[in-house]
Amino acid sequence: MNVNRVAESLLALSQQEELVDLPKNCPLSENEDEGDSDGERKHQKLLEAISSLDGKNRQKLAERSEASLKVSEFNVSSEGSGEKLVLADLLEPVKTSSTLATVKKQLNRVKSKKVVELPLNKEKIEQIHREVAFGKTSQVLSKWDPIVLKNQQAEQLAFPLGKEQPAIAAIEHALSGWKARTPLEQEIFNLLHKNKQPVTDPLLTPMEKASLRAMSLEEAKMHRAELQRARALQSYYEAKARREKKIKSKKYHKVMKKGKARKASKELEQLQKVNPTVALEELEKFENARMMERMSLKHQNSGKWAKSKAIMAKYDLEARQAMQEQLAKNKELTQKLQVASEIEEEEGGTEEVEELLVPHVVNEVQMNVDGPNPWMLRSCTSDTREPATQEDPEQLPEPATHEVSESEGERPVAEEEILLRDFEERRSLRKRSELNQDAEPAGIQETKDSSSQEVLSELRALSQKLKENHQSRKQKASSEGTVSQVQREEPAPEEEAPLLLQRPERVQTLEELEELGKEDCFQNKELPRPVLEGQQSERTPNNRPDAPEEKKEKEQLIDVQNLLTTQSPSVRSLAVPTTIEELEDEEERDQRQMIKEAFAGDDVIRNFLKEKREAVEASKPKDVDLTLPGWGDWGGVGLKPSTKKRCQFLKAPEGPPRKDKNLPNVIISEKRNIHAAAHQVQVLPYPFTHHRQFERTIQTPVGSTWNTQRAFQKLTTPKVVTKPGHIIKPIKAEDVGYRSSSRSELSVIQWNPKRITTRHNKELKKNSVG
Amino acid sequence: MKVKMLSRNPDNYVRDTKLDLQRVPRNYDPTLHPFEVPREYVRALNATKLERVFAKPFLASLDGHRDGVNCLAKHPKNLATVLSGACDGEVRIWNLTQRNCIRTIQAHEGFVRGICTRFCGTSFFTVGDDKTVKQWKMDGPGYGEEEEPLHTILGKTVYTGIDHHWKEAVFATCGQQVDIWDEQRTNPICSMTWGFDSISSVKFNPVETFLLGSCASDRNIVLYDMRQATPLKKVILDMRTNTICWNPMEAFIFTAANEDYNLYTFDMRALDTPVMVHMDHVSAVLDVDYSPTGKEFVSASFDKSIRIFPVDKSRSREVYHTKRMQHVICVKWTSDSKYIMCGSDEMNIRLWKANASEKLGVLTSREKAAKDYNQKLKEKFQHYPHIKRIARHRHLPKSIYSQIQEQRIMKEARRRKEVNRIKHSKPGSVPIVSEKKKHVVAVVK
Repeated sequence: MNVNRVAESLLALSQQEELVDLPKNCPLSENEDEGDSDGERKHQKLLEAISSLDGKNRQKLAERSEASLKVSEFNVSSEGSGEKLVLADLLEPVKTSSTLATVKKQLNRVKSKKVVELPLNKEKIEQIHREVAFGKTSQVLSKWDPIVLKNQQAEQLAFPLGKEQPAIAAIEHALSGWKARTPLEQEIFNLLHKNKQPVTDPLLTPMEKASLRAMSLEEAKMHRAELQRARALQSYYEAKARREKKIKSKKYHKVMKKGKARKASKELEQLQKVNPTVALEELEKFENARMMERMSLKHQNSGKWAKSKAIMAKYDLEARQAMQEQLAKNKELTQKLQVASEIEEEEGGTEEVEELLVPHVVNEVQMNVDGPNPWMLRSCTSDTREPATQEDPEQLPEPATHEVSESEGERPVAEEEILLRDFEERRSLRKRSELNQDAEPAGIQETKDSSSQEVLSELRALSQKLKENHQSRKQKASSEGTVSQVQREEPAPEEEAPLLLQRPERVQTLEELEELGKEDCFQNKELPRPVLEGQQSERTPNNRPDAPEEKKEKEQLIDVQNLLTTQSPSVRSLAVPTTIEELEDEEERDQRQMIKEAFAGDDVIRNFLKEKREAVEASKPKDVDLTLPGWGDWGGVGLKPSTKKRCQFLKAPEGPPRKDKNLPNVIISEKRNIHAAAHQVQVLPYPFTHHRQFERTIQTPVGSTWNTQRAFQKLTTPKVVTKPGHIIKPIKAEDVGYRSSSRSELSVIQWNPKRITTRHNKELKKNSVG
Repeated sequence: MKVKMLSRNPDNYVRDTKLDLQRVPRNYDPTLHPFEVPREYVRALNATKLERVFAKPFLASLDGHRDGVNCLAKHPKNLATVLSGACDGEVRIWNLTQRNCIRTIQAHEGFVRGICTRFCGTSFFTVGDDKTVKQWKMDGPGYGEEEEPLHTILGKTVYTGIDHHWKEAVFATCGQQVDIWDEQRTNPICSMTWGFDSISSVKFNPVETFLLGSCASDRNIVLYDMRQATPLKKVILDMRTNTICWNPMEAFIFTAANEDYNLYTFDMRALDTPVMVHMDHVSAVLDVDYSPTGKEFVSASFDKSIRIFPVDKSRSREVYHTKRMQHVICVKWTSDSKYIMCGSDEMNIRLWKANASEKLGVLTSREKAAKDYNQKLKEKFQHYPHIKRIARHRHLPKSIYSQIQEQRIMKEARRRKEVNRIKHSKPGSVPIVSEKKKHVVAVVK
């Protein structure tokens, strides 16, 4: 709007100027020589004319300037010439006057200008302002785009972003503003001032300063040199001590210690001569030490080290010596520093004590050599318990047989019981021997297996005997009876060797006993049956009980085939009895013949069956080789794990029965495993575009088991790292190398920094005063 | 007989210096370490389970206010100091390490509507229902001094919010209009209006410090530039926005907490479509605050819970609630990005961990390595159904749970109707509007 108005006024002004100037220029040029006074008058007039430009006057003047038909002869008219009068032509004859040139220019400019449009309404203007401002702001904001993008894609962001400078204010600054207010504070302040303690500058008190000043340069130098020497000496001493400390030789240390002790004793002697009171004190100290030693258990072979040595002492001469040495030391420490005769007396006592103090184990070997000793006897029994147990198997059978004879005498009917007892005993014996042999843990399983096998064979033999004895009885009942009897009988042998019986095995044997009984019921002749699983798997082709199953399977297959292949005959057989329509039958037969001929080449049903069989085969779980090379035996290039181990680890878990097992003409695919589906991703997750990508990311392991330490660290770097206890400030333009946008950049608001600063100054002054 | 000897090159096992670490030889041959995927899967599963086991986010409750806590403010220089204003005009300053109140001021009559600290941390400003803006010193009054504000400005209308400039001695209040004040003057240096409704909150941009955002009761969000003394743009949403918060790391991003249970993250240069619509709350969202890392924000809701949203996800990653916590009115994320504070109706300020299962205190390097590894594993296997189920499992109060179900049904019904309408009308006559665009009514230039 303003612009518009200004343009209008300018236009008017230019017109007026032109119109005012035109008539007056000529006389001016003519009367140039009239003098200054005349010029002045003219100038005054011009000024008046200019000053009366606005209002009615202007309009009047404008009227005057209008070209009309009624013009005096002095005025130029374009009439009759036939040409259009151009303003520029009018001005042409006048010679180059600077003022006119400017007018011309102005005129040209005016001509080129268009009519100014109406000003917009307020809302519109505001909107335009807003839009412009928004454009500018968003432009400024878009400088952040690369930084935001970078931060989003960054592998790791560590906050706080900028490096913080720890702001450490000097204590003087902190104290300068502080003043004592409360009475207590003032009191303290006064006290401090009295002592001339530094309050603001705590480096040196005035006294210290004075003393510093008092010291001369030479003195200071000497002092410094002295200090230096002392420091050097100290460092030498330290180095020496370190060196000595590092020496590992026991002998050296022993010598050193002895030397020290000697020195101490010498000093003591000297002291006795020179200053008996001090020497007495020293002696008291010794006495104290002795008391302490007597009270403590330090050198009495009761520590952990001593105990371990005691164990070793039986075999190791050095250990024995070490123990003796310790005891000697104890003796030495507890020795009284009195008259020689007393010492001697005591020595005997201590020797006895010593003998008592030495653990029996240490002297055992010697004592054994010496002869029978009550202490030795006890230890011997503990030692010989093992051989006794080893002897047991030889000794035990005899009483058992005695028992058997007795029992026979008492109850001649209970033959089974005796037999069972016999068996039980034998088993326990074998177990004992097994335990003794157990030195090689590697063969545990095998031995177990073999033992159980033996047990089984024995059981079998027993059961055979039983059968021979009581064939009239029902076998199942008998077997049950035996089981119960076994259970009844069990405690007795267990008491004999409670440590050696292991429950799981017993249960196993019992179960097997039962099984045996059942088997007897089922098939009398099929007694020698292997139970061990490994052997079973090996013998599967020859194994009898598996055979019927196979047969069953075969039958099933055949059944299925029959079902499929015999369907058409059955239909035919149904059709055959209707003998009335023979003609039709013939036709049918023809048709069938034709179909047969048409599909002569392909046997669809057989193909389907084959296909199904293949599918079944394919879906069966394959054997997985789970052997880990290097576990249990050597691994490496060119070495293979032993066949035995491979057999152990090759396992194909038996899957659930197929759903289409009983559906002959259907194949139901069982590729989808519902148990596994719970652990499988169903939909491709968002950032991935192909399932391969996703699989690959899953397949690359992250853990340190599969990656080097550095790679592991790199792979597991967290995306955002923050320092605990550090304030994270918003991102700053300076941090990322931009100039922060300042107030002046887009500022429209009136902002007077000068005033603000004066105000701030005032505020500061107030603060400092108050 | 040929004797084979094992021989080793000393270079492989002798250290160069004593200070070097002993080399632990390890064979990384993949054949020796099979089943890497299943093993890592199990580890990830265990890590996820443990995370849930150790998720105990609630740390402390600061009680002392005698009315609902209406506003919270962080101290810009001190992590342990927090300021809170209550509905009875009381302002309290708390020490978080000791978990006690260190100062109480009766600042206003009626509500304390807004509270903000000066960027240097020496003073703070409050506005209240008594039409005053007051500036207070952060330290308590000295011996024998009265508890008095440094300055008090009496205004003509009620101020509903206040925020301080991040670098200069300028603050902004809102009420009938947005006023920008110089700290030293009693008249605003500039006041900006656009529309005639009351403005509920105003926030300075922490990065481009001359930008402001405000939200008014007539459902709009208005952006201003302080330097040009003019509003920039206005976006009108479906319902009223309660407050906004700028992302401290991304200058042009802000998030608006809306009455329609959602939060909207906008790029201020393109207001017609929000960058993300965050939905999970089941009642009006009352406050929002960004984590200082700019990766997440926390929102407080009328449904008595607070939720943590990642900036780029539309669903929340965490929900916090306790039996006793009522409508949460204000929430703040502490400036070390470790804790969250929320003030609620029932007069308490609660302190939570930002990561529910995080172990507090100093970690040893091995602990840290294990933590990082577990985090990575959880991230790697996050899409697996079993792990996803465990990681997402949260206990919710019955009211919230049933409301979520209800909302789900409603949303599904609406969607079905939309689909049906499209299906049964002339193709192209019913436009398909995306979820993001659905909530923006208009953008006014």
